[in-house]
Amino acid sequence: MELKNLIVDDQQSGVFRVHRSSMTAPDLFERERQRIFDRCWIYVGHESEVEHPGDYRRRTVAGRPLLFVRSRDGRIRVFLNTCPHRGAQICRHDAGNADVLRCPYHAWSFNTQGQLIGVPREDAYGPSFDRTALGLRGPPRVDSYRGFHFVSFNPQVEDLVSYLGGAREYLDLVVDQAEQGMRVVSGSNRYAIKANWKLLVENSMDAYHLVSTHRAYVDYLTGIGTDDSGQTMATRPPGRARALGKGHAVAENVPLNGRPIAHWHPVFGEEARAPMARVRQRLAERHGEERARRIAETSRNLLIYPNLLILDFVAVAIRFVEPLAPDRMAVTAWHLVPKEESGTRLAARLDSYLTFLGPGGFATPDDVEVLESCQAGFQATEMAWSDVSRGMFNPCPGTTDELQMRAFWRQWHAHMQGLGDTDGQDGPAGKDDRG
Amino acid sequence: MDKTVLPGRMTVDDHARLRGLVEDFLFKEAALLDEWRLDEWVGLFTEDARYVVPTTDLPDGDPRRDLVFIDDDLTRLRARAQRLLGPHAHREQPRSRTRRFVSNVRAEETDHGVVSASANVLVYRFRSGEGAPYVGAIDYRLLRAGADFRIAHRRAVLDMETLAWHGAVSIIF
Repeated sequence: MELKNLIVDDQQSGVFRVHRSSMTAPDLFERERQRIFDRCWIYVGHESEVEHPGDYRRRTVAGRPLLFVRSRDGRIRVFLNTCPHRGAQICRHDAGNADVLRCPYHAWSFNTQGQLIGVPREDAYGPSFDRTALGLRGPPRVDSYRGFHFVSFNPQVEDLVSYLGGAREYLDLVVDQAEQGMRVVSGSNRYAIKANWKLLVENSMDAYHLVSTHRAYVDYLTGIGTDDSGQTMATRPPGRARALGKGHAVAENVPLNGRPIAHWHPVFGEEARAPMARVRQRLAERHGEERARRIAETSRNLLIYPNLLILDFVAVAIRFVEPLAPDRMAVTAWHLVPKEESGTRLAARLDSYLTFLGPGGFATPDDVEVLESCQAGFQATEMAWSDVSRGMFNPCPGTTDELQMRAFWRQWHAHMQGLGDTDGQDGPAGKDDRG
Repeated sequence: MDKTVLPGRMTVDDHARLRGLVEDFLFKEAALLDEWRLDEWVGLFTEDARYVVPTTDLPDGDPRRDLVFIDDDLTRLRARAQRLLGPHAHREQPRSRTRRFVSNVRAEETDHGVVSASANVLVYRFRSGEGAPYVGAIDYRLLRAGADFRIAHRRAVLDMETLAWHGAVSIIF
């Protein structure tokens, strides 16, 4: 099938269909690596994960083994985790703190700035041996926005702030809930799903499946006495879905059951009530009432194209998707919390994360199941298309519509054909973006 | 009778007897879980019980401070069982087949009527044409109830580096 035919985007008829080979074909998977993951900005880590000089984390990003390091000079750097000498991975621990990074193979040593500082029996090399040219190397581009660090393997990529574009507004809303900045909690969710990575991108912004797939979670909330929640999920206002340009998208909503920053709900426990009211007051003082309301009382499932999801509803999850094969992805999720939170407020937030977002909770295992079920269903190749048309005629698309997925797919489709940026919108007729 | 006194003023016989009782209890628990008799399983816990599963990358994780997979009080434990027994836990619908192997049991009466126990646990799970193990160790704080026990604390630590094989902790480990 020709690349341009992989998606049917018929604005007149309100039909948007994706050919399922986009989620099964090995050649398209290879093309994604080259056209998307080797060209875009890809998330690598949060600054709080390498808080102290010498702290490091191993990461796999776009297939590359990387080291995310806070150098002794205080700067955060990213290195390819491979020795310039013969290739061994310099660092074999997932996390730690080091003064010197030493290759286990021939003991070449590097400081945390990446400079080669030790070569055993260096006298055996000729006069052209140049230590300064044999330091650790980083991806061509490394940059950060408000604590979120990204890399790009494309030297010509636009600057990160321009790349994030319309998504910055939403990252700001996430970060601004904290007074002293955000930090990643120790411990992460690491799992894999036998499904194409794009299915999790869709799923993470999809409110249409909440009541059907996550019925058991609704039952749980109802069962512990938060009995308005079932009704709220089914009957609450539709929120809004927005295409943010360049493939980024967001589903904004009224919260499912309060928000752990400053919108109390019985699920957080009575003792959290007064402290949350005080935080709400502080938010209004710092940001004004309108912005405080948005930060505290609306939720957002944000896609930073192509593979980073910031899920800011019952808690804040950073969800990172690494494609492994056409039918397999690795998922890592971290829990992002305001630095100033401790005691009962932190406890309420940790609790809130587990029940919905965690792979041991009451919802995520069911997402894993349905995505694997989709992937298995794709083997029936006679059913060649998936339908992503919901809300194409809705002038104000809601979160149970599918504009947010179409925005992603439109950019994906453009990149696969070697084309540039898209606005992701539903057409020249101009859906009201209400932005 | 061996009257050798072990630390904690237990004789070797006392110790073997205690371990036997704890093994019987843990074997019974394993059978309840494999047979999906989850209501009865919840009945093994005390009112103030806690069930914790740390994340695979932080086995020492503390649920008050760190991200863990599971941190259930009795209310949530009941909800977990109800969810798994109901029709909407899609990851376990249809239910997986599991077989649990409980070994290397150690038990010590740390306080009067309070037993600290641990066991190595291997759970094979089969579903959708695939099978894979959950491997780890479980630490228990048990309260004596006659010749039987109640679980006051159950901390299950997984040995796998990630949940790559299963995608989730969809059963009780």
